[in-house]
Amino acid sequence: MGTSYTPPTNPDWWREPIERTEIWWIVLAFAWCLFMFGWMVGWHFVGPQNMSNEAYKTTPEAFSKKVADMQAKYTVRKDEATGEDVVAPPPGSDVYLAAMQWQYRPILELQKGQKYRLHMSSLDVGHGFSLQPENINFQVYPGYEQVTTITPNKTGIFAIACGEYCGGVDAMGHHTMLGRIYVKE
Amino acid sequence: MATTTMSDFRIDPVSGLKIHKTANTLVKWNAFAAVVFLLVGGLFGVGVALTRMPSVQLLSPELFYMALTAHGLVNLMVWIIFFEMAVLYFLGAHVLGNRLATPRWAWAQFWLMLVGAALVAVAVLAPLWGGAPSSVMMTSYPPLQAQPHFYLGLILFAVGALIGCFVFLGTLVIAKREKTYNGSLPLVVFGGVTATVIAVYTIVSGALILIPTFLWSVGLISHIDPMMYRVVWWGFGHSSQQINVVTHISIWYLIASLVFGAKPMSEKVSRGAFLLYILFLQLGSVHHLLSDPGLSSTWKIFNTSYMLYLAVLASMIHGLTVPGAIEVAQRRKGLDTGLFTWLRKAPWGNPIFSGMFLSLVGFGFIGGVTGVVMSVEQINMVIHNTMYLPGHFHGTLVVGTTMAFMAVTYWLIPVVFQRKIALAGMAKWQPYIFSLGAWVFSIALMGAGTLGVQRRHADITFAGQPLAYEYPEIAKGLMDLGEIFGVVMAVGAIMYILVVLASIFAGEKIPEGSAPWPKVEDADVVAERTGKHHVGMWGMEAPGTFILAMILFATIVLYYFINFKYLSTIWGLS
Repeated sequence: MGTSYTPPTNPDWWREPIERTEIWWIVLAFAWCLFMFGWMVGWHFVGPQNMSNEAYKTTPEAFSKKVADMQAKYTVRKDEATGEDVVAPPPGSDVYLAAMQWQYRPILELQKGQKYRLHMSSLDVGHGFSLQPENINFQVYPGYEQVTTITPNKTGIFAIACGEYCGGVDAMGHHTMLGRIYVKE
Repeated sequence: MATTTMSDFRIDPVSGLKIHKTANTLVKWNAFAAVVFLLVGGLFGVGVALTRMPSVQLLSPELFYMALTAHGLVNLMVWIIFFEMAVLYFLGAHVLGNRLATPRWAWAQFWLMLVGAALVAVAVLAPLWGGAPSSVMMTSYPPLQAQPHFYLGLILFAVGALIGCFVFLGTLVIAKREKTYNGSLPLVVFGGVTATVIAVYTIVSGALILIPTFLWSVGLISHIDPMMYRVVWWGFGHSSQQINVVTHISIWYLIASLVFGAKPMSEKVSRGAFLLYILFLQLGSVHHLLSDPGLSSTWKIFNTSYMLYLAVLASMIHGLTVPGAIEVAQRRKGLDTGLFTWLRKAPWGNPIFSGMFLSLVGFGFIGGVTGVVMSVEQINMVIHNTMYLPGHFHGTLVVGTTMAFMAVTYWLIPVVFQRKIALAGMAKWQPYIFSLGAWVFSIALMGAGTLGVQRRHADITFAGQPLAYEYPEIAKGLMDLGEIFGVVMAVGAIMYILVVLASIFAGEKIPEGSAPWPKVEDADVVAERTGKHHVGMWGMEAPGTFILAMILFATIVLYYFINFKYLSTIWGLS
């Protein structure tokens, strides 16, 4: 007797036994829940792809200066498509990448299999770092500098699209925002 | 204390419920406003869909960002919350045979929400008449800034909804005091309480962040920290979607009883699962913050997993107990053969049932499976802010919530509006067309997102950019395919709106005092009469449902590891 829209017919419903279909499902589902929790924690110890926990407060001015210093030191050539500097910091070094309306700069050149400490921050509004075609995505904010250790494992030309809506007009805006990373052997 | 007399009530011939006329008027107005906003938001959605088709690109970027802001706000917030207000008043008053508390405050709820929505609309649509834009998307992340009345409208809308929550709670107090029911609250009302608790938390979070942001937009506050905004805003943005989940699950339980005379398999299990929602569901707002700087992995993992996935457990429980209740009822009524006879012989031509069941299956397999996987801290890195996101949340909000709301509408119209469903043939097909569109749309967009296509993006071809990038052809094909089915989904929505408008304005009237409609027989009563006490097989009362649940389980496990396999091939990140 009873429905879901009338009060339970048995006032002592809390003591009713649970039917077997439900018991089995709850046990199985809960075991899977615990597994997923453990796996997510465990991947931090054994998995090679994890979120960095390193971040600092910064300002657009301070961050721009770091980018400019790196660019002055490590520019190696001009990019064919844009004529802009291509910056190739040495393996293991700190690499600074600035997001701004509506581009990621500077253009970087990295080596496959080497580690780099990639610092990212925004000079104006919120942006998203979206490395294509790897499809690696992070949020980038003004005032926050996130440091992720990256190890490119493929060579080629990688685009950085913007993953967070950042305004703009028809000719120029979120939909035209790009950056580039070259990875060589 | 206001006194009510019998003349304030009517006995509804369709449902047998004792209905408070004032409460009924408020349910009507809120539901009607919801449907109008569904239409408005849906039209912007079509504009978005036709722009995101790489081969069409209908709107210019500026108009696209405006339409996307409008579509998100109207369909995610306005349509759903107006409908939820109708559902809450229905649960507190109609279901309990009770009067609505403080009707004047309930009207304040309605008008505040309406004025708030109108203010937001004026702000967002201003570019159409040459005004300053507020195309900041539904999320309105600072430092992007909208016009002040954009935030003010949202605040008024939220205050209205908060008032509605308290009217509902007050209504429950009256029911308890005037003893309109005995014992514990019915399960669906318990679900309504769960939704309300989450709603209060949600709206307070919204107020905490939108009020300072409004002050910032008028120049009284100099700076809103973008990270702080996101942390608090998602307490509002994500939790508001949890209200939907709880509400549509309550509707599933309701429809199972209405159509099959089913009772919950176990009151204890279903209520326990709702309780897990109250305790843990809101932690999920961190799903949006997983790739943000400055938040530790410990904090992210604890929250993104809803503490050991206890809210996921709750959803998995409801996913079994709702079809399980239907199966047990069908078996008790004699369909106790084979594994799936109960399901095959269900009334698939009745849109109340078909809509509810499509909502259940689609929510589990599309919204649910992907939601569990994408909220893993590491997996999030390869889907965050791609088209996968819109794919996923259309799999929850459209495939799940909106379909369930549509299904229950076909029952609410005779009960609340006292009209028979007009265009019944169209109503019969509507859940199938709408679900077909929404399912393919969601899946195709998730495919495109997996291939890197970014969300909220007016031109994925990056036309004319010196640093060109071309997405794989298959990604563009998936966008075309998905958005075509987006249009199919819109056709399904328009069918729904047509049925609703035709029914409430031109449907055959059901006069007060007409003969009661035949009610679906309680499955237990039938079992009592026929002596069918033990049903099912393998010692399980719902073995068919268990098999369906195992298919869901296998899908989650498989999909989980496929995504980790994909993750393991990308650049090293630490």
